[in-house]
Amino acid sequence: MAVPMSNVDEIRDRVILGEFGVKNVHSTDFPGNYPGYDDTWDLKKFKKNFRLDVVHMDENTLEFDMVGIDAAIANAFRRILLAEVPTIAVEKVFIYNNTSIIQDEILAHRLGLVPIKADPRLFEYRNTGGEEEGTEIDTVQLQLKIKCTRNPRASKDASDPKELYLNHMVYSRDMKWVPIGNQADVFADANIGPVHGDILLAQLRPGQELDIVMHCVKGLGKDHAKFSPVATASYRLLPDITLLQTIEGEKAERLKRCFSPGVIELEDVDGKKVAKVVNSRLDTCSREVLRHDDLKSLVKLGRVRDHFIFSVESTGILPPDVLVSEAVNVLIAKCQKFLSELDSVAEME
Amino acid sequence: MAGTDTEKKPVLEMVQADGSDEGSVTFVLHEEDHTLGNSLRYMIMKNPDVEFCGYSITHPSESKINFRIQTRGGLPATEPLRKGLNDLTDVCKHVLHTFETQLKDFREKQGEAME
Repeated sequence: MAVPMSNVDEIRDRVILGEFGVKNVHSTDFPGNYPGYDDTWDLKKFKKNFRLDVVHMDENTLEFDMVGIDAAIANAFRRILLAEVPTIAVEKVFIYNNTSIIQDEILAHRLGLVPIKADPRLFEYRNTGGEEEGTEIDTVQLQLKIKCTRNPRASKDASDPKELYLNHMVYSRDMKWVPIGNQADVFADANIGPVHGDILLAQLRPGQELDIVMHCVKGLGKDHAKFSPVATASYRLLPDITLLQTIEGEKAERLKRCFSPGVIELEDVDGKKVAKVVNSRLDTCSREVLRHDDLKSLVKLGRVRDHFIFSVESTGILPPDVLVSEAVNVLIAKCQKFLSELDSVAEME
Repeated sequence: MAGTDTEKKPVLEMVQADGSDEGSVTFVLHEEDHTLGNSLRYMIMKNPDVEFCGYSITHPSESKINFRIQTRGGLPATEPLRKGLNDLTDVCKHVLHTFETQLKDFREKQGEAME
């Protein structure tokens, strides 16, 4: 059985999941709040307590634990991942011909949402306001030119559109990159184009055609969601389950069923089944146990206030680890912007 | 956009009420929101010289925040702001450094497991 925490430590370090509500939601670790605690900012102390562990990573997803940091800063990283890490997306659509049944503006919107594989770090933002043409440093040009025809080789009694027509399904892979200026040399092996080739954009019938040129520019998710580099970026706090008494027999069986599989296991102690918390991380924090009157006083449910389980899912434009690094750099850049602004104000006086 | 103004957009403004000292200042941070506002508020509240620190978003359609700092003992409010920004930068640098070393370790371990 775990040693119970002191009252103050519990308020400081745990978010309590009670029967009728969640307690101790806010951070309170500020100087002057608790006698006997030094809550003044101390970088050394932070570095000692801070931990980061990568749990899982593949091509497009990343899960890692960030421990010993406040929600205010962890949340800043999450918000930046969603809205302030730049990517390249279709911004201007020039429709020279569209005889399909999908309207110009709907098609343009669909094109905008297709993730475009082009490294945003190698491009500049296009000047807003000005009407000047895009250049090789701020614009990627794509072309979608396709016409649907009858399939001359289709059998006479065919009724399947797949066999009857050619090019009747327009996919994102049909968006072809048209290099501007020196782009053909600079991005020779960058493979610029849609991340996924199998996104259905429109369906055509014989005689219908699309002739479209797109300009892709660098932008931020806070301007339009199409620029967001992540499918999702979220965190949850590590669940913490404490058994206040030894729970055995039928009660232990029932306790186990109150939690997600793998959270509670039964141990054999002198022929009796005794409940034990094995892996609280797997819990969904459903609080089902609090609906059992005889069990609810035997457990304490909480979450560790400074243990963030981050999950980042990339759209495929940049790998998820690069996105996290970029997000941290964005926050550093924000701080530096205001520091230099403060310096210039001080100089003027 | 009707952006024909050639004037540079303001980034940071300082607003002081009449008769108040330089220890009580509202900073207007343009083009910012909860992302910087809340994390910076946390860092500045960690400073024992600061009596009050808070921020508000003026209106959802205005992209700026009012960031208020009141200090103890007549300390100019720019000092804790500067310290807060520096501390936040240090935190970010440490997070970035730790993330990159842990990522390298993870990749090495994964490489070993593959062999």
